[in-house]
Amino acid sequence: MTAYILRRLLQMIPVIIGITLIVFVLVRVSGDPVVLMLPEDAEQWQIDALREALGLDRPLPTQYVMFLRDLLRGDFGTSLRYTNQDALPIVLERLPATLQLTLAALVVAVIISFPLGIIAAVYRNRWPDVTATSFAVLGQAMPNFWLGIMLILLFSVTLGWLPVSGRGGLDSLVLPAITLGTALAALLTRLMRSSLLEVLGQDYVRTATAKGLQRRLVLLKHAVRNALLAYVTVLGLQVATLMAGAVVTEQVFAWPGIGLLAIQAINSRDMPIIQGVVVVAALIVMSANLVVDVLYALIDPRISYT
Amino acid sequence: MRATWAFLRRLLSSPIAALGALVFLTFVLMALFAPQLAPFDPIAPNLRARLVPPAWAGGPEQHLLGTDHLGRDILSRLIYGSRIALLVGMAGVTLQALLGITLGILAGYFGGRLDVAISRLIDTLIAIPNTILYLTVLGVFGPSLVGLVLVIGFIGWTTFARVVRAETLSVRSREFVEAARALGQHTPIILLRHVLPSIMAPIIVVATLNVATVIILEAALSFLGFGVQPPTVTWGRMLADGRNYVATAWWLATFPGVFITFLCLSLIFLGDRLRDVLDPRLRGR
Repeated sequence: MTAYILRRLLQMIPVIIGITLIVFVLVRVSGDPVVLMLPEDAEQWQIDALREALGLDRPLPTQYVMFLRDLLRGDFGTSLRYTNQDALPIVLERLPATLQLTLAALVVAVIISFPLGIIAAVYRNRWPDVTATSFAVLGQAMPNFWLGIMLILLFSVTLGWLPVSGRGGLDSLVLPAITLGTALAALLTRLMRSSLLEVLGQDYVRTATAKGLQRRLVLLKHAVRNALLAYVTVLGLQVATLMAGAVVTEQVFAWPGIGLLAIQAINSRDMPIIQGVVVVAALIVMSANLVVDVLYALIDPRISYT
Repeated sequence: MRATWAFLRRLLSSPIAALGALVFLTFVLMALFAPQLAPFDPIAPNLRARLVPPAWAGGPEQHLLGTDHLGRDILSRLIYGSRIALLVGMAGVTLQALLGITLGILAGYFGGRLDVAISRLIDTLIAIPNTILYLTVLGVFGPSLVGLVLVIGFIGWTTFARVVRAETLSVRSREFVEAARALGQHTPIILLRHVLPSIMAPIIVVATLNVATVIILEAALSFLGFGVQPPTVTWGRMLADGRNYVATAWWLATFPGVFITFLCLSLIFLGDRLRDVLDPRLRGR
């Protein structure tokens, strides 16, 4: 198991290099940082001096290595908007809000999809299945930010039950979490239904039923447990989608996470903040995928990872 | 021709798929004939008719779905908005398909280092939450219609590549490919004439469903201000305007979302049915 985790960690290295390369290229393409940092009437010798001080006169590969070295030390540069503050702490300060939103959405998705998927499979082609499947298709076709606005319209504006926007107590988390979690809930409902249907047709389930085991016991002990594999895998792969959706959800609800920070940074061309957001978000996605792979190995004893 | 008819008949024999096809066709016609269909100019402000509610909710008869904060007719704007949604959806997915199929088939057929390199590139692109990547690139290069399509194509090809790679791997050592190789056919011919046709089914399914994904993505990027810029009408921008008036004028934000949802529903209905008809192995996935 340890060897397996180590190998997975090694596989992450080229991906991390790829991400930093993308960020590096985007930062370089976005414009000359020297021009942004100096006053408009700066003399040529001043520009050259700063360029040399920042290492911008060196060849690009050298610049990339320097860039990578800075990143490894946690130095993402100083934010242009928040004067002279390091970019990384600004990003990390916003991270809990995004993690809270993402986790809450994950919980919403599981709470909805797990029972709904099972019910749909058990009552295949009858009204509970039709209802569940309709929800699943609708959830995938709706843009989440529109759902968010409609939820605000109903629960905040019309009924006045929940806050319109901002991050306060738990009540302020309800609508953003539903907004972000619904599409995933829809996807997982479909997945749970189809993998359960597949499992329910297997011989060992028929044997268990023939043995005279209670229907509920067969379902929970034999079928659901096996259907769980695909469920957990997709759940892990969807963390990236959730983080991506969080950007838009945060904008709808003025939720102060890294997505909102990223949009502000992109609007003001604050590249150090942007590279911080990209790298931090990618690291979270990769760690989530690693956790899922390990969970997968724990759930499924058939697979040995040596 | 006969085969096409038989295929179409089987595809549309499901009422849900037929409904999907009908709705999709309606949107296509709406986009094509927008100037003839729209009752008003979609971008000309009319400050005397600002925030007029829909006709059935107490508004005047001529504005069926009401007007926005600048007095522009919502229905006309929705009709014109379908153009950008469909254009970006189709063009974006075409570019994604070209890149994804090429890279996926190369990775799957040749394997080895090329496969490792392409696979790691895919891993990299899917590790960065896509909206952040799209926004950053659009922020750097500036938003435009062409830029939007290029960005969607160059970042979003990974689904195609993953599916095509896996399918290519499974047909690479099948007899008909081996036979073509043994006959001494050139590799490009083998890939285009033998491998590609045998893996078209999943590609068509992915393409259909991806159009829906890209349409939602385009709306999201426009909503955030990084889509095609005004005065061009986009559903996403209409939603962003609507967000600001959600407390006073519900119709601004409601109808664009309904249109997006209907268009995407139609594509999902079609895509699911295509999957059942073309590739029963993938059913329900």
